[in-house]
Amino acid sequence: MSDKFISIEGIAKRYGTTTIFEDLWLGMRRGELTCVIGHSGCGKTTVLNILAGLDVPSDGAVIVDGKAIEGPSLDRAVIFQSHALLPWRTVMGNVAYAVSSKWRRYTRAQIQAQAQIFIDLVGLTGAEGKRPSELSGGMKQRVGIARALSIEPKIMLMDEPFSALDALTRGTLQDEVRRICLTTGQTAFMITHDVDEAIYLADRIVLMTNGPGARLAEIVDNPLPKDRARADVHRHPLYYAVRNHIIDFLVIRSKSFAAEMTGKPFDPRHVPVVRPGVIENSSTPDAAARVA
Amino acid sequence: MTPSLTLRAALVSILIFVTFILAWHLATRGIGAVQQMDPEYAKLMGVTATQGKSAMPGPLDVGAKLWEHLRRPFYDNGPNDKGVGIQLAYSIARVGIGYFLAVLVAIPVGFLIGMSPLMNKALDPFIQILKPISPLAWMPLALYTIKDSGRSAIFVIFICSLWPMMINTAFGVAAVRKEWLNVARTLEVGTLRRAFTIILPAAAPTILTGMRISIGIAWLVIVAAEMLVGGTGIGYFVWNEWNNLSITNVIIAIILIGIVGMLLDLILARATRLVTFPE
Repeated sequence: MSDKFISIEGIAKRYGTTTIFEDLWLGMRRGELTCVIGHSGCGKTTVLNILAGLDVPSDGAVIVDGKAIEGPSLDRAVIFQSHALLPWRTVMGNVAYAVSSKWRRYTRAQIQAQAQIFIDLVGLTGAEGKRPSELSGGMKQRVGIARALSIEPKIMLMDEPFSALDALTRGTLQDEVRRICLTTGQTAFMITHDVDEAIYLADRIVLMTNGPGARLAEIVDNPLPKDRARADVHRHPLYYAVRNHIIDFLVIRSKSFAAEMTGKPFDPRHVPVVRPGVIENSSTPDAAARVA
Repeated sequence: MTPSLTLRAALVSILIFVTFILAWHLATRGIGAVQQMDPEYAKLMGVTATQGKSAMPGPLDVGAKLWEHLRRPFYDNGPNDKGVGIQLAYSIARVGIGYFLAVLVAIPVGFLIGMSPLMNKALDPFIQILKPISPLAWMPLALYTIKDSGRSAIFVIFICSLWPMMINTAFGVAAVRKEWLNVARTLEVGTLRRAFTIILPAAAPTILTGMRISIGIAWLVIVAAEMLVGGTGIGYFVWNEWNNLSITNVIIAIILIGIVGMLLDLILARATRLVTFPE
């Protein structure tokens, strides 16, 4: 399908005889935020690392914007769970390092100007001269976000970016990321454990079964309006339908999915798309067709 | 109000120092004439026999002599009579040259070992065998091949400074956090730029620690090396003054060696602090 900006095509990861996952197919559209939810050990991070080019699949390939991924690229920025800032550089130094890596011929002034835009964007104006050790966890992750955005990537890859933060900070940063992604039309792929975070941020939520032998069970097409706000998102009539569906999956079906599917046809290339709370027969077929 | 810890510690330090000097003074002072003897004979025997004075110089003798040395540190009255400042300068220069050469070799090789698991395994047996060799054991070989005693001393300094720096560099480089390297990878940073902008700053504190250990060892070894090669240097000075039976000068040399060693360590400690980053 032509609107697939990122296309994961039959990737597998095996360590010796253990298969973490295989035959994984997934398409993502431009400007879309996709969240992956699954239990630890299902290979979510491996999928993200493959997308980043930091890891190679044992089988299959990932196509981004018509080209197969061959190693890491400045087109794909990663926001690391542990923020991974360089502690010997200041906030400005960390962001400038990324900028100067992307635009090697930039002058110092150009680098600083570009970095400053994104430091301002994540609300760190005034903290440019601070070192990571002087920042709080939330501020560190903001620097990580600024660094990722500063190279104007085609895709932003986020590996549980907010999991190490306290609830309040997490909320603010989710708002920031959502605002930035919406205004810049950023394509993003994010791993999370937090169901509410996924519902608030994601356009589509991919549910992954437990590993080893993990697979994509379902894609939840988020039925909430695009202009949802944190304050009232949980009051939306469909919110709890989506939430319950995902929690049911995580608690029960992620373990028993293989049993659930025995005897039924399961095509890993066409992962069923669901819109919880929306009347099944009207939405499912065409949604499924869209992903295909 | 209790005075600060630093102040109290300084007071205790001074107390220990004064006690030590006092004990030293009492132990070496004369205890008066031991026996009556012919004045002519007494003159020959000196104060040791006539007044029971210890052959060991007291703190006042050492202090007076030290003052004499400090007033004229750089006099040069020929091969066996040079100011203590000149001798120290020779030693520091030898250590400096040998140590600098060792830095030039140890850090690149350490980088190689740290970055390449193959080279790590391949070079490990050589390092393990060469490391425990006393640097002075190289001296005959150095004298035979280099045929110059001064350069041989430098070589000995080089060889003894090499290992701690190399091993620490390799360890520091190998222990650079994977996430920092991944940052460099996702930013498509080239090998050389990665080495200088990620690995070097990340490993710098470990490398500097190795350099600090090395300078300490080099300063230990130079004294022994100069005793062997002779001619100049503080090590030679110690041995020469022992041959002159000037215990006073030997004690002064010991004190000066200690002070210079401390200063060298202090410089490296400062440098380490400069490159250390808080996390």
